[in-house]
Formats: sequence, C-alpha cells, structure tokens
Amino acid sequence: MELTRRELVAAFLGSAVAASACRKSGPRERVPGAVVDQAVELGHRLRGGPLPRADVVEPVEVLVVGAGVAGLSAAWRLASAGVRGVRVLELEAEPGGTSRSGRNAISAYPWGAHYLPAPLEDRGPVVRLLREMGAVTDVDDTGRPRFEESLLIHEPEERFFYRGHWYEGLYLHAGASVEDLEELRRFEARMNGFASARDAKGRRAFAVPSGLSSDDAEWTALDALSMAAWMEREGFRSARLKWVVDYACRDDFGTTAEHVSAWAGIWYFTARQDGNGERSEGYLSWPEGNGRLVRQLVSALPNGAVEGNVLVHTVEPVEGGCRVDALEAGSGKPRAFLARQVVLACPRFIAAHVVAPWRRERPAWLSGFTYGPWVVANLTLSSPPRSRGFPLAWDNVFYESRSLGYVVATHQTLRQDEQGPTVLTWYLPMDGADVKAEREKALSASYADWEALVMADMRPAHPGISGQAQRLEVQRWGHAMVRPTPGFMWGQAKQAAGESLGSSLHFAHSDLGGMGLFEEANWFGVRAAERVLAELGRREVSWL
Amino acid sequence: MNKTLLYITVIVIATCGLIYELVVGALASYLLGDSVTQFSTVIGGYLFAMGIGSYLSRYIERGVAQRFVEVELAVALLGGICAPVLFLTFTLTDLFQVALYGSVIAIGALVGMEIPLLLRILKDQVKFKDLISQVLSLDYVGALAASVAFPLLLVPKLGLVRTSLLFGVLNAAVALWSTWLLAPLLGNPLRLRVKAVGLTVLLLAGFVMGDRLTTFYEDQLYADDVVHASSSPYQRIILTRGKRGFSLFLNGNLQFASLDEYRYHESLVHPAMVRAGKVENVLILGGGDGLAAREVLRYPEVRSVTLVDLDPMITGLATNYGELAKLNRHAMTDPRMRVVNGDAMQFLTEGGAQYDVVVVDFPDPNNFALGKLYTTGFYKLLKKRIAPDGVAVVQSTSPLFARRSFWCVEKTLRAAGFWTEPYHALVPSFGEWGYVLIAHEPPARHRPLPEGLLFLDDATMASLTQFPPDMGPLPVEVNRLNNQVLVHYYEAEWQRWN
Repeated sequence: MELTRRELVAAFLGSAVAASACRKSGPRERVPGAVVDQAVELGHRLRGGPLPRADVVEPVEVLVVGAGVAGLSAAWRLASAGVRGVRVLELEAEPGGTSRSGRNAISAYPWGAHYLPAPLEDRGPVVRLLREMGAVTDVDDTGRPRFEESLLIHEPEERFFYRGHWYEGLYLHAGASVEDLEELRRFEARMNGFASARDAKGRRAFAVPSGLSSDDAEWTALDALSMAAWMEREGFRSARLKWVVDYACRDDFGTTAEHVSAWAGIWYFTARQDGNGERSEGYLSWPEGNGRLVRQLVSALPNGAVEGNVLVHTVEPVEGGCRVDALEAGSGKPRAFLARQVVLACPRFIAAHVVAPWRRERPAWLSGFTYGPWVVANLTLSSPPRSRGFPLAWDNVFYESRSLGYVVATHQTLRQDEQGPTVLTWYLPMDGADVKAEREKALSASYADWEALVMADMRPAHPGISGQAQRLEVQRWGHAMVRPTPGFMWGQAKQAAGESLGSSLHFAHSDLGGMGLFEEANWFGVRAAERVLAELGRREVSWL
Repeated sequence: MNKTLLYITVIVIATCGLIYELVVGALASYLLGDSVTQFSTVIGGYLFAMGIGSYLSRYIERGVAQRFVEVELAVALLGGICAPVLFLTFTLTDLFQVALYGSVIAIGALVGMEIPLLLRILKDQVKFKDLISQVLSLDYVGALAASVAFPLLLVPKLGLVRTSLLFGVLNAAVALWSTWLLAPLLGNPLRLRVKAVGLTVLLLAGFVMGDRLTTFYEDQLYADDVVHASSSPYQRIILTRGKRGFSLFLNGNLQFASLDEYRYHESLVHPAMVRAGKVENVLILGGGDGLAAREVLRYPEVRSVTLVDLDPMITGLATNYGELAKLNRHAMTDPRMRVVNGDAMQFLTEGGAQYDVVVVDFPDPNNFALGKLYTTGFYKLLKKRIAPDGVAVVQSTSPLFARRSFWCVEKTLRAAGFWTEPYHALVPSFGEWGYVLIAHEPPARHRPLPEGLLFLDDATMASLTQFPPDMGPLPVEVNRLNNQVLVHYYEAEWQRWN
C-alpha cells in the first residue's frame, strides 16, 4: 500500500512531527543523495544453502573474524603482546563496524557510534587506548584521569527543540510544576545513591563495563522488570522526567523504557558518574565520532593485517585449531584458513550461522539476543542551520520526534568562525518491540522516503534548511545493537554465549555485554585476546 | 459642513506630509552619512512622487470623499511606521536603500493625492479663487509649522521613531474626523471609522513602545552621524562622527572612539612591549582597526607585525578609509605589517614561528563562538606561540562592570600555565577596562616607553596594577571549552548595567 507523505512521517517519526512538518508542504527541491549501505545482501548469503569451499588452506597463527571494535581490540591486545601473524577478516570494505565513519570535503562524520563517555577511573583497556592516542593529559589528585580539553565536548553541549523554540539541556524546565521538579530532584538523588553504592567486595553496583558490576541480588533483581515498570513502581510519573528516561534508553539502547531492563536503564544514569554529585569530565568526541578510536586501534596493527571484503561463512573447530571458510565479496572466490586460534568477533545471530557445530544444533541462548535496527543519515549543509532560541549545540534533539535529532560533525573543530559549511548526523533508532517488523520497515523505505523523513524532521526546527542542504546519505543498520531487554543483563543466555568453544575458538562482541557500547566491545575483545594469549602459553599481565 | 474644521484638516495633513519627508531625509543622512546628498535625493524624490500622486488623482472618478479618507489612512500607516521600519531594515538587512526610496515614493505619491482630492471635495461649496488661496496658504503654514517643530522640538524630545509614529496617529485622527466632516458624502462611514480607530490604536501602541526602539537605536548607538555602514559575512560595521570624534561599532558594540582610544590602546600594548625580552616579531590577534598596530610600530626594533583578523572588510577599512588610516597612522601599509584575514584559532592550531609579543584583542565574550577564544584550550595553543622570554596581553573586559568575567579570564590564563599580571585603565567611552599581562616566567623590564604617548608614563603604568576593592579578585571557575562559564558570567554581569 502506498503511504502518503504524512502517513510515512507519522509512521517513522510520530504524529507530532507529521503534523508540524506537513503543515505547509508546498513543492520543494529534493536533496540529492543516496542510501549507502551495501553489505546487507552479502550477509544474507549466510542464510542460503552450502557455500563453496577452497582447496588451498592458508595457515594462520591467530585469525580474528570481524573488524568492528571488538575484533580490532582483540588484534590490538595481541599486537601489543608481540604476537606475530595476526590477521583480521572483515565483511565490509572498511574496518570499524558500527563505529565506521565517512569524510567529505567539509568534514569527517560518523556513520554510527559518535562519542565515548570519559572514563572515571585510571584503569582498564579504554584508558590505555586513550593514553596511546594522547587523549589523557594527566591524573588529578584523586587519581582520576584528565583528558585533552579539545576532545571533551565543547559547550554548548546539548539542546532540544520543543514547539517552535530551542532550549538548553535535555530537561523541559519551561512550564514544569513544583511536583515535576520535586520528582526530578528525587530521581537524581536515587541515581546518585545507586552510583555510589558498593557491595561487600567493594564492587560498584553499576560499573563500566557492565560485567564488572556487583552481582548482588539487591541490584541484579532490578533486571527482572522494565525501566518503565520500575519508574511506575517508584512513583516517577512526571511526563518530563519520563521523557528524559525514555530518551536515554533510546539513545544508548535503541528502544524505549518499556523494553529496556531497569538494571540497564539505571546503569545509564549511574555507571559513568561517581555519585558525589560531581560531574565527570563528560564525553569525548571527534568529528568522525568513534571512527577516531577505530583508526587508533588499526594504527597499532601491522600494515595489511586487516583484510576487507571477505565473508567468513564457516568456522569449524578441528585438530590443532579451527578451519575457517570464506568468500571474497567481489569475485566470490572461496578462501580457507587453518588458524591455531580464532577470535570470532561478530554478533550472536551471525555466530550461530557461522560456527559449524551451532549450525547443526542451534544454541539455546540464541533466542535471548535481540538486535534493534537504526538508521543514520549524514546531511551536508552549506552553512549552519538557523534556529530560534538556544544556539546550535553538539547534540540537538527534537523533543516530539522519535528520532534522536542530530549531532554536528564540525562542533569540535577549533575555529573562531562558525559560519562555514557543516555536516549533521541524524539518528533514528527503530525502537518498536517487534525488531523483525522494524527491520523490514527500515529496509523497505527508499531514498526518496528517507529524504522526506529527514527533511520533515528538520524543517519545523529549521525553516529554510532545504535551501542549505547539499547532500544526504543514509545508512540503514539492520542489526545496529543488542538490546538489554528485561531479564537479559543477568540472565543465563549472555553468560553462556561468551564461553569459548574448546581451546581454540573464542568470542568477542559488545552483545556479550548486553549493550552496544564501545567499552563493552573493547572489553570483550581484550578478554578474548587474553584467552588466546593463555592458550599460546604467553604469560601476560591482564589489562582487564 | 464646518469650514474651520476642514481648514484645520488641511493644516494637519500638510504638517504630516512634511514631517514624513523630514523624517526620511534625516534618517537617510543619519544612517548613510553625506547629508547633502541624502536630503537632496529624498526631498527631490518625495516632491516628484507628490507630482505623480497629484497626476494620478485624476483617475479617481467617483467616491472622492471615500477615497480621500482611504488615502489618509494609508498615509497614516506608511508615514507612521516609516522610521521604525527603516531603522529595522538598516540593522537587519542590506536592503535599506530599497526600503528608503520605496517609502519616499509611496508616501510622496499618497501625500500628493491629498490636496487635489480635498480641492475637488470642496469645489462645490467654496468659490474657486477663495478655495485655492485658502487651501494652499494653509498648506504652506502647515509646512512652516513642521519645519520649525521638527528640529527644535520633535527630534530632541521624541526622536525620529516616535515623531513618525506620532504624526501617523495625527493622520489617522484626521481620517477619523473626516468621516464625520464628510459624512454626507460618504456611503457607509462605519467601516472607515473602524479602520481609523484600529490604526490609531496600533500607532499609539507603537508610539509607546517606540520609546524603547528610540533609546536603543538613537540615543545609545548612533548618537552621531553615521559616516560609513557596511555588512560583512561576520558583522555589521558602522563608523560615526560626532562629539566623541570618530567611532567604530561592530554589531552595535562600540570598538573605539577616537577621543579616548589612545588610553585603551596604549594600555593594551606598551606594558607588554616594555617587558618582552625582544620585540622583533609581534603577533596581533583581532585588532583589525590597526590601532594596536600603530602602538606596536612605535618601537624601532620591531621587524615584523602579523595581524590576524577574521574580517577582511575591517582590515580593508583600516587600510583604505582615509580617516581610519589617519588615526592608525597608516599602520596597515607599513612595510613591517603582514595582514592575515583568517581564523585566529586555526592560525594558532597550524603552529609555526614563535612571537616575542602577542596582543590578543578580541571582542568581549558575549557568545559561545567568542567565548571559545577565552578558554584554556585557546590559551594552551597561544602558549606554544610565545617565545621563551616573550610576553602577551589579553584584553579582558571590564573589571568593574563584569568583575567575575575579568577574574575568570585571569584565572583561566593561570590554569593554562601562565604567569599573570592583571591591570586596568580608565577609558571614558568604555569605563574601567581590564587587561591581563602574561608570560612563561615573571618578565623583567627591558626597555623604556616610547616618546609621544598621551596616557602612559612610568608612574601611571605602575599604578595600573592596583585594584580598588570593588574590582578585586572573586572566586571563579576556569573557563574551558567544555564548560564556557565565562559566557554565562559575562551575560549575567552586563545585564545589570544595560
């Protein structure tokens, strides 16, 4: 059935956007551009029948499958330990996974993950990586790392658009009642309490990465209910507060508070602060988003270690290691490897297709993993968008839209003159409960549809933006990130899926942490690499 | 028909007609400068338009009285709002001249219709020779009243904006009472009355609010004649001349007044120059008017001065605009000068040579884009470009009007690793003004002050570092890229004085 423009906007972004964007929908110039994702079809070949296998087998010391943050982190850890003969295979042409980035004449820009909360403590692999790239300047009196000022998000950091006007921050103060503000204070106090909570062993109740959190039932019991249910139970009913919580869930986990575990929802507000009410250093970001971190990881590897356009379709544990079968994406030529050790750094839904024993017998944990789709669009403008109210910030949120709004790629550039062209990165988590339906919806929309959607989302806040728009590129992520659904964070499935298979096949991915975040991917990558090092008989001090 | 009232009508419309002409003419010479040209073209254009109006009146065949009232209403509206609209057009757009001559033609044409229509209305009631003599003589009386009241009473007491609105109200009142005067000739006066009342209320409201507009545009900003106005992609540039001499405004903010700018610029430049180890290579960030450069170039040891200013229109004015070039003693064309029209932050980021003296003379931090230039992030970049025995100075807003802001700049400089020496000077056009001298290590005195300074001598210079209690240090945060506290301090503090 053909949707009208207004129905299309309502279906993707909600009726409020449809109402305000379609009010004056005269004819306008379409913004030129394209949908740029390609690997969807290639990946789907995994689901077809048996694929050809190569006769010549290449021997490899350690093979990492997947050059997303988890796989690159594993390779980075191995390279640092001096392991030679590490190879990384990637389905896409470029490494980075959902932290990939692009670049045009105006700026680099992210295609997915675009910031990293500044770590609170001076330990763990993330701080090590930041130190390697010169982002850590020193340590303060309390032992906390301090970061290069130019990398922390410059003020103004965030603003939101609500009914004709931009406001600072993310809480709608205008028109808030005494009760609303009281609830906000009570919520903040609760979160500070959770942030400073420690168990008998001195572990934080909510830690980064999530696996380092306390497993005391006092807190893990929160995993059983949804964030929305917890809010209701605790008497948090202010619409403004619920908006903030819902926004947080959609921003970090890609779905609404109804479908996020309360443990994960609380984690968002607590794990990255110390509970003393003292603000952490905030977020680190780069024009290309976490693409900068990807570049750093790749730079630690020998030239040519990462090979793109290779579809690994089978990993079979054999005597002395694993046999890995793959296809070259362009030519379809089969390739085969015999690796002493393998790190399979791909999400579970792919691992279940690739690992031969799992293909024969579907693992029980698989159904516990849910992946939500996202759509990311980069819009190049000839000049910054004009707006009423609080000035352009790094993060710009549309209060009444189901999109998350946009970030400004040039925000962190050190310039006095802010009038030049820029690139906006727009994010839409397809947040419905039925991920399969959401995925089909995302993939069914054409470029013309996406162009209409992005511009409909922008227009109410920025009248005249069509005249500034030069190009729009759209990336659809069918399985953008794992969802921390209720029961998942402390359930059996996550734990079981992370166990190595035999002595030569190890797993890494952010989904093993239950959240699609850099810290999780990096931690599991390093963990898998350290298991490899142990199997290779290397004695190394753990980075974890 | 009451003839006395009719004749009063004639006087009022004549006065109004001339007032609009004077308002537009004054506004044009006021904002564009060159008053002889502006007045000539405005008056010429207006009279010509009146001719067009008179000519066009012949095409009004029926309902002359009705049309007359309508013309009055239109004149009241256009004439009444002409001054505020033209001011806004001048401030917000580049279409001032289009709006100016548009108003001249429209108002002129409408005013030109008034007398011919009135004559036609009265032709059946008064003998032609009496009619023509009375109407025209009263027309000239009205003109005299207007031309005397305008400079002596209206502009000094009300200002241009409220004058134009007030006469709009009078014009609307004429329209209103005409509906009674001419009632026998009008089909349905009620509609016209409603319109006239509505318009009167509207213009009266404007008149009351016009007070604010007037203060904003006239008294505060351009009390003097505008001698140059232009818009660059970055800012609106206005040069004025008047009792304080010659002044430069950027986006409505005073940058200097020639009467006392020497106090500002001598205080900005010389404390740094006399304490630097060498003064061969000097960098000026901002300061596109060339006045800081003038002070720097007083030292014969200076071999090169690099001036980085974003706006080529400002440096162009400083180079080519006669009076400004005279004021900066042709600093911009000095062979030692190198002018870079670029982004100061990018300039520092790119790295390169170190300078013996750096003069940082940016506009005050009244928005986030400017606030960036006062952060530790910026000062760390700056630090790398100052020679080991070099000295720099940062203009740091007023320690009296914006005390927290001033000490925030000082603390931020210390946080960036500088030795600092805050000081201040009185610049009457600005008030008490603050600066912070910075260096890697406390610098010694290296050279005497140059000859010919008007404000600074050694004793005065020594006294500038004394801060009375009401300007003394306050506890403040460090201004960083990721907090921009200074913009918030600044906004809160200046609000109290405006």
